[in-house]
Amino acid sequence: MLIITPFLYAILVPFFRKYLEKVHTGWFVLPVPVGIFACLVKRVLFPYPAPPLQSVPWIPSLGIHFSAYGDGLALLFGLLISGIGALVVVYSIFYLAKEREALGNFYVYLLMFMGAMLGVVFSDNVLVLYLFWEWTSIASFLLIAFWYERRASRYGAQKSLLITVLGGFAMLAGFLLLANITDTFSIRAMIVQRDTIFAHPSFGPAMVLILLGACTKSAQFPFHIWLPDAMEAPTPVSAYLHSATMVKAGIYLIARFTPIFGGSPAWFWVVSAVGLVTLFWGAWSAVRQVDLKAMLAFSTISQLGLITCLMGAGSPALYYGPGPTAAIYTTAILAGVFHLINHSIFKGCLFMTVGIIDYRTGTRDIRKLGGLMSLMPITFTIAVIGSFSMAGLPPFSGFFSKELFFTAMLNASELNLFNMETWGLLFPVVAWIASVFTFTYCMIFVFKAFLGKHKPQKLEKKAREAYWGLLFSPAILAALVMLFFFFPDQLVNYLIIPAVASILPGFIEAGPEIGPIVAWHGWTPELMMTLGVVAVGSGLFLLIRNRPGLYRRPPEVWSLNYHYDQLLERSEAGFYRLNRSYMTGSLHDYLLYIFLFLVLVLGAATIGLDAWAFDAAGNSPITIYEGILALVLLGSALVVLFARQRLIALIGLGVMGYVIVMFFVIFRAPDLALTQMVVETFTLVIFLLCFYFLPELKTRVESPPFRFRNEVLAGAVGLLGTI
Amino acid sequence: METLMSVIVGIIFAIGVYLVLSNSLLRIILGISVLAHGANLLIITMGGLKKGGVPILREEAAAYTDPLPQALILTAIVINFAITAFLLVLAYRAYQTTGVDDMDDLRGPDHV
Repeated sequence: MLIITPFLYAILVPFFRKYLEKVHTGWFVLPVPVGIFACLVKRVLFPYPAPPLQSVPWIPSLGIHFSAYGDGLALLFGLLISGIGALVVVYSIFYLAKEREALGNFYVYLLMFMGAMLGVVFSDNVLVLYLFWEWTSIASFLLIAFWYERRASRYGAQKSLLITVLGGFAMLAGFLLLANITDTFSIRAMIVQRDTIFAHPSFGPAMVLILLGACTKSAQFPFHIWLPDAMEAPTPVSAYLHSATMVKAGIYLIARFTPIFGGSPAWFWVVSAVGLVTLFWGAWSAVRQVDLKAMLAFSTISQLGLITCLMGAGSPALYYGPGPTAAIYTTAILAGVFHLINHSIFKGCLFMTVGIIDYRTGTRDIRKLGGLMSLMPITFTIAVIGSFSMAGLPPFSGFFSKELFFTAMLNASELNLFNMETWGLLFPVVAWIASVFTFTYCMIFVFKAFLGKHKPQKLEKKAREAYWGLLFSPAILAALVMLFFFFPDQLVNYLIIPAVASILPGFIEAGPEIGPIVAWHGWTPELMMTLGVVAVGSGLFLLIRNRPGLYRRPPEVWSLNYHYDQLLERSEAGFYRLNRSYMTGSLHDYLLYIFLFLVLVLGAATIGLDAWAFDAAGNSPITIYEGILALVLLGSALVVLFARQRLIALIGLGVMGYVIVMFFVIFRAPDLALTQMVVETFTLVIFLLCFYFLPELKTRVESPPFRFRNEVLAGAVGLLGTI
Repeated sequence: METLMSVIVGIIFAIGVYLVLSNSLLRIILGISVLAHGANLLIITMGGLKKGGVPILREEAAAYTDPLPQALILTAIVINFAITAFLLVLAYRAYQTTGVDDMDDLRGPDHV
């Protein structure tokens, strides 16, 4: 029911837009996410004994039911979607001017997305999940292209749609493979049959295909290229879809399928390696950016990689089964879920501050910005909270997840499983280097934009502090960041533990108590790593600031974007050429195709079906009149063929028609004979009329191959007609 | 009789296809007419020839020929007439506008 609400409401939005023009449409939309959020909070605080499964038959004959299932993981995502959704709606009310923008469209798309995303996380049926999954892609496409008059918007929208739908399609194939193995479309029923899936030969393909879907959606390397281009969307959309919710759908998918695939070496290696590479590459690229939003986009990619990596690193827990050994891997999953919440909150907050900067100064280029601290003190405070949380500094909630991340990476390096002995050391090392870059770009974000010299001559507008409406949403998120640092246990107990319980069923009950998360736990290796990150990251920041030439762009050929563009261009040109080669615009060629096809299909069918049977037994006798008529018919047809003058050809055609009239008489079809007679006469008259205007038949010499080709084809068609 | 008719239909088809594939507009229209004639004959041959009486309900005949092919042909004749007439007018208009009746010339200058 909650899933349907946004869709139903979306239908009403155009009416609000039309009849109540004075009021910003956003105010009418706001109750929806707020209401859903309230419902979900009630569910979290007063949990039912067992999560209810609501099922509505959709295509009962195929066993496809529209079933919704609200476990811990789904509830967590639902809260994120509706909570951040509400804040984004508030933000957008002040961000998008009601006079200029097509607000009706914007809110319809936004509600559509919200509903689809809720559908993704709550549905239990894989096909319904797929349906909603593609729906989010389409909503994202529409929202990125919201300012469709811009070329870059259209480019980014197309790119995101192509990549995510490609992944979605692969995912559908994976789902169908799974359904084929388990003979059910329900995810929970699949989890029960885990051993069957493990033993089945299509385990590998199904896993890879589903991961492809998750990686394209969550912008994992090498599919991350769509996310920076998606930043052409309005900032509320970037904050909502492309950092807080939609890109988390891939993570959700990984988490949801961990109980099915987790515990296998392939799953562990693929998921954590992809996550680690993405983490590193995103952080590395983010440092290079000069556009604040692009920097945040790459940082989103890197943070998503981090969560993916944690999901992978936690999957060995399923290999060991519930028990004390698995506890450290359970911690990794816990860290992943924790960071997921954190990231949604601080990244949403940061995007909104960038939006404010953009709105107030007219640019997002850090080369033009600077010295905004004194002009926009509140925005500055919020940005500091958000980015320090991202960098993993205390006293912000990002600190916990960063610490837990290092713990998980250290644990993973000590894993004596799946060939980890040789490669294990790479995990903490790469993670640490990536964290250094993360720290560096956080510093760039804060210091380049807010500190330094103010350059008013470079800005399009006079910078001022934003009004309260724009500040409201990021301020709430920033407050949450602080709140989670001081009271992490409430968050863990109410939200994270149920979510982890649904990723690793049976582990929370069996495993030892997960210790309370505290800020200070002695001089552990994790703390040393954090200190190292701060030290080296600050050094790197100073280095980059003083030597800007250090970070030269690699050649264009190396970038994945280049190959993506090349692929699109080449295939476009290729198909254009292919089309041109057979769409010649000549009627003759087209007829040739048609007749060739006819000959091939009919001939193949005749030979293939053994239809050569010939039986003259049932034939009626031939009388002398009929013989003569047949001869006349043939003769007149040949006259039409060989006539050099059009009048003679026409006479031939007329004779043919009248002979056929005679045949109809013989064959007991008097009404046909009458009709044919009348029609034939009229045809002749019209022909004659037109002859008055049309030129003589040209005795044009056609080239021999042309004639030969036509003759062969005509002969073949005639032969088939005979048969 | 059926065998003879089949052979005739085949030859008529061959002539029709050859005419349709030619370059002259008028020949194409003639070809389509020829093809239509062939098709009509093919249908009536398929229904069986000279079996039973005329399909008009009267008492004396014991068996009638199958009226279904005749109904089909009736439709086909009329449609063929309409198409021929339409094509002729189209050819006339095309000739009036462009001054050519050759398919290769009709494609325009960029296809030469």
